[in-house]
Amino acid sequence: MRIPHPDLGLRDIEEFTYLGDACLCERPQTSADHGNFCDYLYLRDNPAGAHRELWFHEYGDQSWLIVTRDTCTHEILAVEYADARPAGRRA
Amino acid sequence: MTGFSAFRIFAEALRGNRGWTPHWRKADPAAHYDVVIIGGGGHGLSTAWHLASQNRGLRIAVLEKGPIGLGNTGRNTTVIRANYLLPSNQRFYEYSLRKWESFEQDLNYNAMVSQRGVLNLWHSDGQRDAHIRRGNTIRLSGGDAELLDAAALRDRYKFLDFDNARFPIKGGLWHGRGGTVRHDAVVWAYARAASELGVDIVENCEVTGFEIEAGRCRAVQTTRGRIAADKTAICVAGSSGRLAAMAGLRLPIESHVLQAFVSEGLKPFIDDVIGFGAGHFYISQSDKGGLVFGGDLDGYNSYAQRGNLPMVRHVCAGAMALMPAIGRARLLRSWGGIMDMTMDGSPIIDRLPVEGMFLNGGWCYGGFKSIPGAGDCFARLIVSGEPRPEIAAFRLDRFHRGHLIDEAGAGPWPNLH
Repeated sequence: MRIPHPDLGLRDIEEFTYLGDACLCERPQTSADHGNFCDYLYLRDNPAGAHRELWFHEYGDQSWLIVTRDTCTHEILAVEYADARPAGRRA
Repeated sequence: MTGFSAFRIFAEALRGNRGWTPHWRKADPAAHYDVVIIGGGGHGLSTAWHLASQNRGLRIAVLEKGPIGLGNTGRNTTVIRANYLLPSNQRFYEYSLRKWESFEQDLNYNAMVSQRGVLNLWHSDGQRDAHIRRGNTIRLSGGDAELLDAAALRDRYKFLDFDNARFPIKGGLWHGRGGTVRHDAVVWAYARAASELGVDIVENCEVTGFEIEAGRCRAVQTTRGRIAADKTAICVAGSSGRLAAMAGLRLPIESHVLQAFVSEGLKPFIDDVIGFGAGHFYISQSDKGGLVFGGDLDGYNSYAQRGNLPMVRHVCAGAMALMPAIGRARLLRSWGGIMDMTMDGSPIIDRLPVEGMFLNGGWCYGGFKSIPGAGDCFARLIVSGEPRPEIAAFRLDRFHRGHLIDEAGAGPWPNLH
């Protein structure tokens, strides 16, 4: 499997570390109640098909990507930066 | 179908083996059942047999989307063991191992249950201490574990790389009652015994939805029509999330692929199951001669039933570090199975929030070895609504209660368990 990096082109998945469902980006406020935090931490949609997920380009440019991938075929449908800014301007 | 016996095998041999009949009936679905079990793998069939043998007269169906036993029961590395650290896991797997020990007598079937032993190696002082602790907790719970030092191992395992520069082998934890079982035979044994007790095994019948009224599940919709059920039990390795979504539920589960490997057939040289302590790699030799081995998950969500090459290389690198001779063996084939990875790496056997629905899922690395124990406990849960002590910790709400069973200590990251 190779991931088409927005700036660097096709990269082998061995350059990346997988974190999980991209819903992890939507962390509840610290004031949220216990139930919300547990749902955020533990419950997943787990779809068979298109899945938005977080990949860290650890052995590359250290960027966080949101990859939309078909979990049935491994086909990559879309790739974007997790923080939605061009690579050059990220802190 | 009459049972197997030495006399019957002898008599059939004289008659040209023409008297054997199919092991299970090809049933068509009825309109209504007391219990519908979704999933015709080891867990579903074990549950059906335990239900039927403990509750005569109960009308039971097992629904399988394809032919039975083509899922994870036939896609694993056939290891059975009970050498866990956490008490809730150890209690359950010990219960299951005891049921493996009587499996062939209980089912009148030769499943090649082979208690050849399981050895887990250690390579550092810290690992030695962790293994001592694990061995002590296993023995305190009534299980078996024995510490072996490098001197004891050197004589017995001449093919291991004891003096590896990075991972020298310093000792191992021996679990003598662990071993392997012919996995396909487990399916055939349960299917035959359950079918004989009147269970309908309905193949090529995929569940497409649930009929839920006022919070209660009344029926399942399938590719072979509507089937009404007083109780619906989900036993689908890897697909629990998909089934739960049809019932409007989200589970603390992600589906991941785990690969397994077999080499060409070789002369016997590995007597038991050996686990590498410095990486995730374990190996045994099948009775046919092939080396059977596996390692880590591929590590990302997948329903593909096939893996990717980086994990093949990773597992083979572990193999080479442990036993360099394996580099001479040709890899015959590799395959992937889809597993329910829970957020703490331990299973869920519980009622679901929908009345009349039950879940036996979330099996990660432990699915095959748990088949007899989980089938028995799940069957009793379906009838009584209350969990037996062996599965009391495997509740669905443990995540919200904070009572996680995290054997690997990896936290809420399914890809790390």
